[in-house]
Amino acid sequence: MLETKDILETINMIDNENLDVRTITMGISLLDCMDENIDKASGKVYDKVCRYAQDLVKTGEDIEKQYGIPIINKRISVSPIGMIAAPCQSKNVVKFAKALDKAAHNLGVNFIGGYSALVQKGFSSGDYAVIDSIPEALDQTERVCSSVNIGSTKAGLNMDAVKMMGKIVKLTAEKTADRDCIGAAKLVVFCNAPEDNPFMAGAFHGTGEADCVINVGVSGPGVVRAVLAKDGADKSIDEIADMIKKTAFKITRMGQLVAREASKRLCVPFGIVDLSLAPTPAVGDSVAYILEEMGLESCGCHGTTAALALLNDAVKKGGVMASSHVGGLSGAFIPVSEDAGMIAAAKRGTLDITKLECMTAVCSVGLDMIVVPGDITPETISAIIADEAAIGMVNSKTTAVRLIPAIGKKAGDELSFGGLLGTGPVMPIREGDPSKFINRGGRLPAPLQSLKN
Amino acid sequence: MKAIITVIGKDSVGILAKVSTACADADVNIVEVTQSVLKDMFAMTMMVEIDKSMGLDVLREKLDKVGEETCTKIHVMHEDIFNSMHKI
Repeated sequence: MLETKDILETINMIDNENLDVRTITMGISLLDCMDENIDKASGKVYDKVCRYAQDLVKTGEDIEKQYGIPIINKRISVSPIGMIAAPCQSKNVVKFAKALDKAAHNLGVNFIGGYSALVQKGFSSGDYAVIDSIPEALDQTERVCSSVNIGSTKAGLNMDAVKMMGKIVKLTAEKTADRDCIGAAKLVVFCNAPEDNPFMAGAFHGTGEADCVINVGVSGPGVVRAVLAKDGADKSIDEIADMIKKTAFKITRMGQLVAREASKRLCVPFGIVDLSLAPTPAVGDSVAYILEEMGLESCGCHGTTAALALLNDAVKKGGVMASSHVGGLSGAFIPVSEDAGMIAAAKRGTLDITKLECMTAVCSVGLDMIVVPGDITPETISAIIADEAAIGMVNSKTTAVRLIPAIGKKAGDELSFGGLLGTGPVMPIREGDPSKFINRGGRLPAPLQSLKN
Repeated sequence: MKAIITVIGKDSVGILAKVSTACADADVNIVEVTQSVLKDMFAMTMMVEIDKSMGLDVLREKLDKVGEETCTKIHVMHEDIFNSMHKI
């Protein structure tokens, strides 16, 4: 028989500490949907996504009922559309975004990712058209998410793409200014983008993946915080790390169970479990609060980077042991607008964009869901992207930038997206003009650590 | 399949009886029970055997009603969750 305390612990995690399976994401390859005729190609995309994912939402709900675990989102990621659009030679690639959006509505999934381009070394024929169309695509669709990989440790940084993305991010925010600039919240600029990430907005189905695959993202910042709050008061740092590892192990095992079951029921191979502490605006479900539980007066004060490094590492170590395949981003997310503790710290002024940049050197993603003043120049956005990508490139890790220029607002104001995307205070940025550096274009050479062969 | 039923709440007369009657009515076999009352708080875990044709959500619905009657919180969860989280 199982021990009563273990049973009650699990129930308490789900009931009171926001433990959930954040997402079951089905990755679908669209490589067989390419066609010279864009209408035919987008028709094939719609048909294939609808065919493959027809049972996704129902299966997710059935597993939820069967096991009693909340499964918050059912989502889809597809091959980067930049690749699928290559043979079309068409300017009107937004048709792909519309086809994906229609499929998402039809299937009942809340996000579909993959309106993406991988341009770390250069643009191929479809990439340029897709990037150019992102503002229009995110304006005219509701559920499509977009990402662009502009650099990697192996290839260096494509500074032409960095320059372009500054303009695209700003334009996307402008186009959706009447909806709290929501478009920019669905656009991620990556360095070293993972090909099996189940989390939005950066999910896409990599080219090395199988035709169809199930990836699962589990979460649980609230659980980790509760463990530290309950038993962590007088513990040393290594004991704290151990407690986080054990908790991460339990959470990941639950994800693994759900992933296996979903894969079996849908007859689709299991890909990976992504163990990421993904905060939500719900009270208590916050990564910042974990850091504060470790002994920081406020997230963002000195010591935050070290605490986050500990957290990120312990989460990975616990997760690796618990699942046969861990992948995606796996670590701690620090999306400002989605994390009650980060929002509070930003409002207090203890957390600013510079400290967040430091934190991204040790956590699993990057500058995420940060609302910046609406008068920010495209060149400054590009420079922020370049800084962040440089951290990822040199440290052989994924970094990402998801900035939301709050059109018509200035530092101290607020943007509210609602739902999981939360509320973001407009954060001040650093002064000085990086235009000349950004406008040079070209490629930033790959670092020495890329030469491992 | 096996499931774990947990009942937590303020102690009162007949909680165990009502839960086990609901189980019997649903043709659910109780395999093991552990129960404790700490001060006023009643906590019980039951391992039960359920026919595969009946979904856990059906039993959950029935027991939710018992929970309302007895002012307790009742959970029904698949045994696999606990096995995967707490056993290596």
